[in-house]
Amino acid sequence: MVAILYLVSALLFIFALRGLSHPESSRMGNIFGVIGMIIAVFTTLMFKSVLSYYEIGAAILIGGAIGSFIALRIEMTALPQLVAAFHSLVGLAAVFVAAAAFYDPVAFSIGKVGSIKTASLVEMSIGTFIGAITFSGSVLAFGKLQGTISGKPIVFKFQHLINALIFFLIIFLIVLFVINQSPTIFWTIVVVSILLGFLVVIPIGGADMPVVVSMLNSYSGWAACGIGFTLSNNLLIITGALVGASGAILSYIMSKGMNRSIINVVLGGFGGEQDTSASKDNSDKIVKQGNAEDAAYIMKNADSVIIVPGYGMAVAQAQHALREMGDILKKEGIEVRYAIHPVAGRMPGHMNVLLAEANVPYEEVLELDEINHDFPMTEVSFVIGANDVTNPAAKTDESSPIFGMPILDVEKSQSVLFVKRSMATGYSGVDNELFYRDNTTMLFGDAKKMCEDIVKSLSS
Amino acid sequence: MEAHSSEVFVIGLTVFFLACIIGYYVVWSVTPALHSPLMGVTNAISSVIIVGAILAAGPQGFDTSKIFGLIGVVLASVNIFGGFLVTYRMLSMFKKKTKKTKEKE
Repeated sequence: MVAILYLVSALLFIFALRGLSHPESSRMGNIFGVIGMIIAVFTTLMFKSVLSYYEIGAAILIGGAIGSFIALRIEMTALPQLVAAFHSLVGLAAVFVAAAAFYDPVAFSIGKVGSIKTASLVEMSIGTFIGAITFSGSVLAFGKLQGTISGKPIVFKFQHLINALIFFLIIFLIVLFVINQSPTIFWTIVVVSILLGFLVVIPIGGADMPVVVSMLNSYSGWAACGIGFTLSNNLLIITGALVGASGAILSYIMSKGMNRSIINVVLGGFGGEQDTSASKDNSDKIVKQGNAEDAAYIMKNADSVIIVPGYGMAVAQAQHALREMGDILKKEGIEVRYAIHPVAGRMPGHMNVLLAEANVPYEEVLELDEINHDFPMTEVSFVIGANDVTNPAAKTDESSPIFGMPILDVEKSQSVLFVKRSMATGYSGVDNELFYRDNTTMLFGDAKKMCEDIVKSLSS
Repeated sequence: MEAHSSEVFVIGLTVFFLACIIGYYVVWSVTPALHSPLMGVTNAISSVIIVGAILAAGPQGFDTSKIFGLIGVVLASVNIFGGFLVTYRMLSMFKKKTKKTKEKE
């Protein structure tokens, strides 16, 4: 009976993910997920060995209240941080469950204290290891996304060598743990894994965060899998594998969006170094500057506008003002669409959620492959808070660090409007030659303020 | 005993690989626009680890294992409620728009 209920729960989780294939079916999918979780929890509460309902009920209420409070209060622009924070909790929970299983193996029927089955010990320590890495890696990712820690990659000598050594130390500790089952070694594995989690994320810079967040998502799944093997629980194994696969695919999509291998992202240290050298060559080039009225004029006289949002839009919280601008243009009979680069923002799908929040219909929001061939037929590209993802150097300049990265072909549209705070280079540290083209107008200022000003000029 | 436990492990491994394959196909079918909600949902369901935490917190009396179990239950619950709710919030934003556009048409 228990096995069957767990199976139902696992199937519901699969349907929950399946539902996300379309916005229409997605809400039903989320409900499937909730039902699956309720079944899983109540099935477990029915176990004969589970007696302390009050304590467990209280724990669920406390956790649930905290989780609900945060989820209902959070600003959509802070979503990447929130997801990172949640991943850290899954990792930590995995560590605690593994520790509980180690201290009371009888409750999980995996042996007795001091004589736990070898297979269970291996699975337990692997679950602990991945859980602890997920925890500390996510905490650091949270700090970088929140801005409490500098988003710049922190690189030091022998970094990768040190990480490799720590990794082998952990394997050695796991072997030792399996042999002597010592609590001291168990906690040493936890501490060293936490250290490794920090070291793995520290060299990775802000704009590579989509990959990191996806990877930690994946890890949290593998941690659940490890615990699933320890408890011989198929539900945990299935769910962990689903989550693990999901995170892995997202990481793959994100690194492909930057034309870099996952390894390259993980090794980190990208960007930051080239800033100075790249900007020098262009100091004598002329930039055409404009203001909100110019932008309003250019767009008003166009037939079609494609808006390209980037992380800068999220920072400035400009999505609502931007949508307002789009609405006015649409009323004028102008075709307005949005082009989303796979790595725009700080997490997969970040821009889509922000535009959805601002009530932009999702039919108007298109992915790179869907819209890229339309740029030559488009009169105005309105780039707001994005830079590297539009840089033609990715196609032409083999020496550029972003060479080979798929870009949105805004340079093919008749004119380009760039909303930027300053002439600073993007995350890659590469200068964007688009800024100096004749058909480009730079709109310097805060993204939100600029959109509001354009709205004012359009309405007057 | 040894034969039995290795059998259990192989069954677990079978389930694991089949689930990975299902996950692979299901996740590729997710539309890129919903990748953020996907992370929300996967985050929530990975907290199914609460099952293990409940088992640890189950027995009466108080020992180390039970305390760890209860902490696990709290942490996982934060995620379950938080994950599903934040996903719900994201998805309902995708809903609002369709209605509005339909009204406009």
